[in-house]
Amino acid sequence: MTVRTAELVMGVFMALVSIGLMYKSADGLAIGWIPGSGPGAGAWPFWLSAGMLLSCLAIIYRWFARATPESNSDQPYIGRQEFNIIATTIVALFFLLLGSHFIGMYFSMVLFLLFYLKVLGGHGWALSGFLTLATPTWLFFFFEAILQKPLPKGYLEELFYPLYDVIYGKGGLYYTLAVLIGLPLVGCIPMAINAFRRDSTA
Amino acid sequence: METIVEPLLTGIAQAFEPINLMMLVIGCLIGLFVGAMPGLGSVNGVAILLPVTFLVPPTAAIIFLAAVYYGAMYGGAVSSITLGIPGASTAVATVFDGRPLAQKGKADLALVTAAIASFIGGTISVILFTLFAPPLAEFALKFGPTEEFALMVLAFATFIGLGGDDIPKTVFSILIGLVCATIGLDIISGKPRLIFFDIDGFLHGVNFLVLAIGIYGIGEMLWTLEQTKGDVQVHKVTSTFKSFIENLKQVRKYFVTTVWGSVLGYFVGILPAAGATPASLMSYGLAKTFSKDPDSFGKGNVVGVAAPESANNAASTGSMLPMITLGIPGSPTTAILLGGMIIWGLRPGPLLFSEHPEFVWGLIGSLYIANVFTLLFNLALIPVFVRVLTLKFTILAPMIFILCVVGGYVPEQTLHDVWLMFIFGVVGYLLRKLNYPVAPAVLAIVLGPLAERSLRQSLLGSQGDVMVFIERPLSALFIGIAICLALYPVAAGLRARRKAAAEAGQA
Repeated sequence: MTVRTAELVMGVFMALVSIGLMYKSADGLAIGWIPGSGPGAGAWPFWLSAGMLLSCLAIIYRWFARATPESNSDQPYIGRQEFNIIATTIVALFFLLLGSHFIGMYFSMVLFLLFYLKVLGGHGWALSGFLTLATPTWLFFFFEAILQKPLPKGYLEELFYPLYDVIYGKGGLYYTLAVLIGLPLVGCIPMAINAFRRDSTA
Repeated sequence: METIVEPLLTGIAQAFEPINLMMLVIGCLIGLFVGAMPGLGSVNGVAILLPVTFLVPPTAAIIFLAAVYYGAMYGGAVSSITLGIPGASTAVATVFDGRPLAQKGKADLALVTAAIASFIGGTISVILFTLFAPPLAEFALKFGPTEEFALMVLAFATFIGLGGDDIPKTVFSILIGLVCATIGLDIISGKPRLIFFDIDGFLHGVNFLVLAIGIYGIGEMLWTLEQTKGDVQVHKVTSTFKSFIENLKQVRKYFVTTVWGSVLGYFVGILPAAGATPASLMSYGLAKTFSKDPDSFGKGNVVGVAAPESANNAASTGSMLPMITLGIPGSPTTAILLGGMIIWGLRPGPLLFSEHPEFVWGLIGSLYIANVFTLLFNLALIPVFVRVLTLKFTILAPMIFILCVVGGYVPEQTLHDVWLMFIFGVVGYLLRKLNYPVAPAVLAIVLGPLAERSLRQSLLGSQGDVMVFIERPLSALFIGIAICLALYPVAAGLRARRKAAAEAGQA
């Protein structure tokens, strides 16, 4: 698909979205003036959506008139190589979110990171393995213990019971701080060794 | 003058309180890191990290986020110079001369210059901010809902007039942001609006963070993945203490330019549509125009690094002025800060100075301290940042995606928001590829509820007579400027066409 085609498709699509929004704003709500109580609840979104529709029509008109750089460009909207990495990322993100409903966000994260680092990034097992396990662990202690904002755990909530005992039990705060500070430090060690080696060989 | 000095000293003392100081230091470090990463700038850092700040009091939270904002402005130069890729759009102009300097093996000189210029820009703009903010806030106390609405119209008009983007696309972006803000229960009548497919998740509305993280987290990473294809090349930086001192001495070469760049940057930064990117480009252009040796620009002139860096830091402070005093953000980053203030239970606007002086002056005081800390960290940690930049993008990208997903979930604790964020991210990326500006949408979703409320209050007061916006002098002035701004590109276009036609006629 060329940029020119994409410009038209997007313009038409957004025009349809605007019409949908106008319909939805008027659906059971007043869009005009209600004597004594001012503009109806639907008025503001309705007229804004009408404005969206007008600007989409202007975009489509300019497409026909070839008035913008995009409406004149026959370059591909997205290159093949770029498409592969973007599409893979979007699909991986989709499964990350879908998985959060069933196996919870933490386990979903593990699969996402493993896929992204090992399969897509082609990194070694040590690095992929460490980041895959350390990231959700760190986030668990940060969000559950420090912020007290639990993330969704789906059907695997029971697996977290022993960890709850750690963070809510005696000395929980110390364990939490140890993990939050310790894990990033452990992660820095290989980087430091690498940097040292590079310097001594240079 | 005493009305400024005393609260300022209290504010500075407040910034030194342990929790505030800790947040400031962490914020500066994270900001430097975020700014240095290619593709990530202050707005991405602030959007992704805002959910984390619910843990601390509002003053510490704003100090943290302002420090991230500040640090990112310094950090942006690091990748512009060592990678030749701007760390954020605000550091685009730094590439022009920073990159050639790095290619000549003088990356350390460019980095030190960027840090010093940023420091000068930051300091001058914070002083200007301190002087301008209290009187402006006092003036703004006279505003009623009519003036508030007119001011928001003016803010949006600057995007049309000065944004430099396709006008129908800019208007579309503003309107879609405003429409997104209306989803959920109507604040005045209590009726549910735009509840798509009767999904309950829409009843609590679309949190501005969902849109901001979607666009500036997910969308931005997709954009950067496409641009870099997951790989970047780093320039080597060598630095010794002796060369460091030598580099510091070069400051006299660019001091005057930096001061002008700072003042220019500050005032450009105040305008909602302008901000740090155009400020730095303008500053670069002016430095080149007034230079005795304009041909050396673009080939590795330190002045070419100093001018944009001072301006982008000054602009970031400038954009906080309308946010704090008027409740109108001067940039996408400050729009997110403004949204944060609403979440923390503060009402942005001129009353903030009298109702929450500790918050406002704590923030202003922290800017002075953050400026010094960021300079020190920046100079000390340059080698570390350069190392971090050698990380492959395929390591960084998944980490940021994870942070986005978690950050999208935390405010309302519902997966509905995360899905919305994902959709906004992908659609935002696709729109951005077609040159739809996305910043107006983020500003609009933050200002949307305030704009609707002030519009309805004004109309209710005037019994539906829209002339009220023209009858009151201040609002008439704002609307007048807004109309001029909106018509400016049309007039400029016509003039260009007429000129072209005249030239064609002559030929």
